[in-house]
Amino acid sequence: MENNKKVFYILLAPVLLWLVFLIIVPHIELLISSFKPNSGDGFTLENYSAFFADKIYWKTFINTTLYAIGVTLLAFVVSFPIAFYLTKVVSRKYASFLTLLLLIPLWIGELVTIYGWVTLLGDNGVINESLKFIGLIDKPLPLLYNNISMTIGLLYMSMLFMIVPIMTTLESLDDAMIEAASDLGASKWTIFRRIVIPHSMPGIINGSIIVFMLVIGDYVAPNILGGKSSLWFTEQIYNQFLSTFNWSQGAAFGFLLLGISSITIWMALRLSGQKLDKVGE
Amino acid sequence: MSSNILEIKNLSKYFDNFTALKDVNISVKEGEFISILGPSGCGKTTLLRIIAGFLQESEGDVLIEGKSMKGIPPEKRPVNIVFQSLALFPMMNVYENVAFGLKRQKLPKAEIKKSVLDMLSRVGLQGYESKQINELSGGQKQRVAIARSLVMKPSILLLDEPLSALDRKLREHMKVELKELQKEIGTTFIYITHDQSEALVMSDRVAVINKGLIEQLDTPHNLYNNPKTGFVAGFVGENNRFEVASRDGQKVVTKHGWQITKPDLDFEPTLMYIRPEAFIVDPDESMKGVEVFEADITTILFDGANTKMLVKPEGKDEILIALPQNAKFQALKQGDRVKVAVAHENIKCYKE
Amino acid sequence: MIRSLPNSTGYKYGFRVYVALFFIFLLLPLIAVSALAFNDSSAITLPWKGFTLDWFFANTDDRVGLFADEGLLTSIWISIQTAFAMALLSTIFGTIASLLFDKFNFRGKGLLYFFAIAPLVIPGVILGISILLASTAVGGEIESIFGVDAEIFSPGFWLVVIGQFSFGATYAMLLVSARLKKFDHALEEAALSLKATGLQSIWYITIPFLKPAIIGAFVVTFLMSFSNFNTTIFLVGSDPTLPVDLYSRIKFSSTPVLNAVSFMIVLSVSIFAFINLIINRNKK
Repeated sequence: MENNKKVFYILLAPVLLWLVFLIIVPHIELLISSFKPNSGDGFTLENYSAFFADKIYWKTFINTTLYAIGVTLLAFVVSFPIAFYLTKVVSRKYASFLTLLLLIPLWIGELVTIYGWVTLLGDNGVINESLKFIGLIDKPLPLLYNNISMTIGLLYMSMLFMIVPIMTTLESLDDAMIEAASDLGASKWTIFRRIVIPHSMPGIINGSIIVFMLVIGDYVAPNILGGKSSLWFTEQIYNQFLSTFNWSQGAAFGFLLLGISSITIWMALRLSGQKLDKVGE
Repeated sequence: MSSNILEIKNLSKYFDNFTALKDVNISVKEGEFISILGPSGCGKTTLLRIIAGFLQESEGDVLIEGKSMKGIPPEKRPVNIVFQSLALFPMMNVYENVAFGLKRQKLPKAEIKKSVLDMLSRVGLQGYESKQINELSGGQKQRVAIARSLVMKPSILLLDEPLSALDRKLREHMKVELKELQKEIGTTFIYITHDQSEALVMSDRVAVINKGLIEQLDTPHNLYNNPKTGFVAGFVGENNRFEVASRDGQKVVTKHGWQITKPDLDFEPTLMYIRPEAFIVDPDESMKGVEVFEADITTILFDGANTKMLVKPEGKDEILIALPQNAKFQALKQGDRVKVAVAHENIKCYKE
Repeated sequence: MIRSLPNSTGYKYGFRVYVALFFIFLLLPLIAVSALAFNDSSAITLPWKGFTLDWFFANTDDRVGLFADEGLLTSIWISIQTAFAMALLSTIFGTIASLLFDKFNFRGKGLLYFFAIAPLVIPGVILGISILLASTAVGGEIESIFGVDAEIFSPGFWLVVIGQFSFGATYAMLLVSARLKKFDHALEEAALSLKATGLQSIWYITIPFLKPAIIGAFVVTFLMSFSNFNTTIFLVGSDPTLPVDLYSRIKFSSTPVLNAVSFMIVLSVSIFAFINLIINRNKK
């Protein structure tokens, strides 16, 4: 439609409004703020030098990144069999019901589900009390407020974002291809390695990118379920903005977080040869 | 000013480095049924979309009723399209589909109703107003699509292969129906197709397009009997195609070594075409102006009244020959040697 | 290994056990949190001390049930209003964006599309703080130039809506685009050929076709807003949304009234999900 200039501008205007004022300008402001002193005007590198000067900042930063990558891998390992089962193994009668069940925690939201884990894992929580009841333990196990409970929380709130894109790609895998491979004498392991995994690669990459972003940017799970030693970099940002009110320092931390997550995602896209456009599908 | 309803003048269209149409000229008289015939990718759909205003020409001009259409958007042109996919609006019923265009013109409700009902009865769909689109058969959908366009009283109706989605039987039927409808209402039809039989059966004239160029614009009869180019000869109707290696006086020698006499040639041909039905099997000795040769039957392709056979004259060429199913030829079988004649005028030679 | 192939018993049952464990993992916190809403105890934990509806209806000195808890009811109401406004804005802008990117080619389209899907990979906390910083800067400018306090630029209801909308529109756009891909563009051309204007053809043909996706986008963005914490926390004013309220209560003062709220959310989402399932079944 080469002729419809009017329609074009009517559609373009609101989109520009959204992207310029809510995406582009705020991120430029984030960058500018990170070079401002805490009070007054001017240009300073102190917000960044503070980051490198204090071990707790950069160590937390590196740990958070590595931990987020680890949780992403864990989410893949846990999710892939589920995605495969729901698309290819379970009878179609139950597939849509189970898929729906899968999505319910997603819509319930992070706060409620994390709170659910608190009631499960606490000293007098459901799990400890049940173990006590059947006589396996007499003192409660320290299940809550440590790295394991934090990992459970992070995995729980993010894994559905791994399962769904993998299911989408698996649905487009023709069953006949698996049948043909099996007919030609391939073992299950070979079929997974040579056919199923390569076919679902775009979904795996999409899922990993979203999971990584959610995990590295999460606050609720580390803050509520984590222990004294489970430091998460987002907590530093929250502290700067909501407790110590040093927004410039917080902006610098925010920019570093945005930087590391963008770089990691970019590398994942590069290594897999995928485009960012496809992440949304 | 000419009295032509549509005038396409020196029209060219380029997409980046690709030439979709090159210097196309077509004049269409009011009430004519014109087909644009060509293989897929030849530029015929581009031509239609330029006439409709969905694409802009790179060079040249389109005049409708004598008025240049430069810069005029599709909704302001006196043409309507019947789309290949029909593009019936699935969220509306038959009545709403046909009334859609009239409603956009803000005509009074009563007038819209009258026109729509009148048009539906003309295409034989009275009583179908409140039917949903998915409740209709293929042929009925076809008629709704045509009614929806015709109710707009366009100067020209553009049809983009509207029969291609139908099965063969229905297509044969709709060909006849479409032609009769056009005769009855008298609107100018421009019909895009890759099916030469549709073009030949329905049209007053046919433009054959290949690689963006008009090869020949002519009546179906001339197109079939006097193709101007090798492409037309090969594309319109069934044909035997021979690559010519050389000419030896009046003798044309094919690449595979068959020789046949074609008198009065004044150029060096590279291609030769002879239609299967141009051959006369077991001719009378008395026939004049014909070339007679002998050949071995390699295969009989039995297909009722359309039965043909493949024969081999000297050399490696195989020739397809129509074989009328009368008592005389029923005994012919593979391996027989037959005498075949062909009139000189039916041997078509081209230089490409 | 798939439905149509014979499987060994080990494979079949091994797989089933794994899937069962997974679904227990998935549903256990929801079941636990819901069940404890009916525990006759002031602690959010076991032991089970009997069934009560106190955490929904009581209004005494030591037990305030959900329907007597002004604070919680207010934050739920604020969340509903926020989610409605955010979903409406996101759906409208997302639909417009998907039409723009689908129908037109223009210079800078790739870059613009990049920005449109960027919120998918930007952590919510970053969107929160950058919108906070930008709106504070703009609000400050307006105050120093015009001497008025531009309330919309300071943390509060509308800033939360705007902040959530910045990524909500992305999800709405992607949901609508998915359906738009199945749209037969000849339908729009047919409308133009029938003398509809460009806008009319979008309004009468494209939008009705997109209706299921637009409704879907509204529901999805509504739920996203209703459960959002990471972006909201930075933009919220003196009236917290439900997730923000829940967070501070979990951190500082948890009573089983939180379980009551959680139970209500679990219940409504489940009911909604199953209605959805039944509708989809009937469509097939």
